[in-house]
Amino acid sequence: MDFNDTPEEAKYRAEVRAWLDKNAIRKSDAKDAEQSKTLEDLLKRSKAWQAKKAENGYACITWPKEWGGGGGSTINNVIYGQEESNYAVTGSVFAIGLGMCIPTVMYWGTDEHKARFVKPAVRGDEIWCQLFSEPAGGSDVAGLRTRAEKDGDEWVINGQKVWTSGAHYCDYGIVLVRTDPNVPKHKGLTMFWVDMKSPGVEVRPIKQMSGDANFNEVFFTNVRVHDNQRLGNTGDGWKVALTTLMNERLAVGGSQGNADVAELIKLARDTEIDGKPAISNGAVRERIADWYVQAQGLKFTRLRTLTALSKGETPGPESSISKIIAAKKMQDLGSFGMDLQDMGGIIRDRNMSPEEGAYTEQWMGAAGYRIAGGTDEILRNIVAERVLGMPSDIRVDKDLPFNQAPKGK
Amino acid sequence: MNFDFSDDQKMLKEQVRKFLGDKSPLSVTRKILEGDDAYSKEVWKGLVDMGLTGTAIPEEYGGLGLGALELCVIAEELGRSVAATPFSSSVYLASEAIKLFGTEKQKQTWLPKLAEGSIIGTIAISEGMSAASPRNIATSFANGKINGTKLPVPDGDVADVAVVVVNSGGTGEQGISLAIVDLKGAGVTRDVLRTIDPTRSQATITFKDAAAELMGPAGQGWSQLSRILDGAAVLFAFEQVGGSEAAIEMARDYSLERYAFGRQIGSYQAIKHKLADMYVKKELAKSNAYFGAMMLNDEGAELPEAAAASRLAGNDAYVFAAQESLQTHGGIGYTWEADTQFHYRRAKLLALTIGSSAQWKEKLAARLEAKNAA
Repeated sequence: MDFNDTPEEAKYRAEVRAWLDKNAIRKSDAKDAEQSKTLEDLLKRSKAWQAKKAENGYACITWPKEWGGGGGSTINNVIYGQEESNYAVTGSVFAIGLGMCIPTVMYWGTDEHKARFVKPAVRGDEIWCQLFSEPAGGSDVAGLRTRAEKDGDEWVINGQKVWTSGAHYCDYGIVLVRTDPNVPKHKGLTMFWVDMKSPGVEVRPIKQMSGDANFNEVFFTNVRVHDNQRLGNTGDGWKVALTTLMNERLAVGGSQGNADVAELIKLARDTEIDGKPAISNGAVRERIADWYVQAQGLKFTRLRTLTALSKGETPGPESSISKIIAAKKMQDLGSFGMDLQDMGGIIRDRNMSPEEGAYTEQWMGAAGYRIAGGTDEILRNIVAERVLGMPSDIRVDKDLPFNQAPKGK
Repeated sequence: MNFDFSDDQKMLKEQVRKFLGDKSPLSVTRKILEGDDAYSKEVWKGLVDMGLTGTAIPEEYGGLGLGALELCVIAEELGRSVAATPFSSSVYLASEAIKLFGTEKQKQTWLPKLAEGSIIGTIAISEGMSAASPRNIATSFANGKINGTKLPVPDGDVADVAVVVVNSGGTGEQGISLAIVDLKGAGVTRDVLRTIDPTRSQATITFKDAAAELMGPAGQGWSQLSRILDGAAVLFAFEQVGGSEAAIEMARDYSLERYAFGRQIGSYQAIKHKLADMYVKKELAKSNAYFGAMMLNDEGAELPEAAAASRLAGNDAYVFAAQESLQTHGGIGYTWEADTQFHYRRAKLLALTIGSSAQWKEKLAARLEAKNAA
């Protein structure tokens, strides 16, 4: 039992590190001035970096070379990601497109689609977004109401999508729409790709509770798409969407906030409860121990998964627990860090609060993280059904035509 | 990245699992619960015959000369089957303690017999209804004799030799030593205790001028004990992972066969989410236990933190799985006939043996505090 690379892994890691050293700046050496201040600058830098990666086989590492990928293994991809995270570069604007949309196009698209879209996306020339969620279809995505009606060789789309990351700068999107309301909900859906610059597409940022705006609403008003923009058969949209969503848990994830156990211990030294250092308080010590156990559990669960990948095996279901634990821990630890500041925890000011306000910001952000990419509740259903083999929920609308199924407003 | 057990270790695990599946089903554990025997002699003999009691004892002392990782996979299977044997006391505690801190002569005297399973060992720490500490250890050692009372001592009624935590003169940690006592010798009285889990027996042992030998230099006992318990914490964590898996399976199977309001109770989210939570806790425990195993096997610098995390996650996972498995069964789960009680009893027993979560949380917090010193 060890955490060491195999000789091949070590060789690949050394190559990656040498290449990164030559082509990027380490985070520890990066100055503030090098961080992107505007969206335009972020996009410019991201695209330039992605193109460079693509030229050298580090973009979409696991994809075949003929599609612009690196022709490497999953563990190569993991190693690259580990190493790249130490450098001041970003590829986050491509995450949804390359993680979810393009794999869907590659699986369901025609040869023309693939020839047209895959390589430009890998190179970062074109950015994609995913248009599934709607005001009336969140966890129950198949309950979506955006409709497409056939008009000759074209379809006319009307409706509203929501929580679309990057819609304001994306070139293309994949959109799931209802093409037949007279059949049960899963059977009446169809997937299209859409040009985000099409007439009738309107993108509006959503202001989140935190005050940030990372997502958008996208309105479709008589947006016309050609029938050859269809991905999969008419009525097979759900099956197509499952391909996309299968990739979601790989694409989402990551951030668990900036404050963790080590920061909390520091904060507990610097704050007091009843006139004594908080670190000496039993309730505080208990929480520190609990979160340490959780943090370690998450870390070593990840390493168990990586071990399976390293051996060329399919990872077990254990990785499905990560977001359930990580999101709640991020929220609770943030909240507790605020408690330690006592009344000072009310203040939301990076210049005044410990760790530049990390506790407050992760408390704010975690409320969204517990919902994004599968709510805590949906993830528990998934563990129960797919891991433990329990029955799926009874769905009262399953066999009813969509237009006769019970609905809220 | 090779954060996993080897193929040989997995094969050993399968062998133990098969043996326990055949010879130690819950009906055998039930016989111990309902009868007068302290443990299942047949299961114990089988483990001994397979050489498992000598797994991690060096070959020069009659063992198989394997390591902690092999013990971990055995522990997981013992936990899964809720086996009624003194394996943990004799192997994780007594044998490991003597191996780590015994003098050469003590190792030669005791390890071959422990390895071949001809005797049973244990450790005697606690002296009553509160956590042991250097301040409350009253059992005294002087001039090769010990006096005092230990309770509860795991397998204290059937053990042949005990490592005993004693006060050898002096105050605080410097006053604490470990002593080896032949429990068959004069001056040793034992009384079986009534406990929450009669499938693992416990006793009060009273020493009156009983012959004893110190293990290593006097005054090292508390830190020696801490290291012994770190190792045992990892091994018990594997028992807890195995027990959790069995309890979850039991709940899952029942939730699929039991109908209420016209449907399987396993189709209700209240039950599904409960089981998902059981699974999540179990996986966190398993991942922590893996790191504990690695640190124990390598005698790594992070063993204390890894052991504490293994212990805490293991306690949490198994107690939760056991009590919620019983809950999932509803009324039938609370009957004497139901097997849910074995996990309910064993989970709490394991969560208290070698110290409660409150103790280990404090130990972990103190380590982390020191490590993250300003």
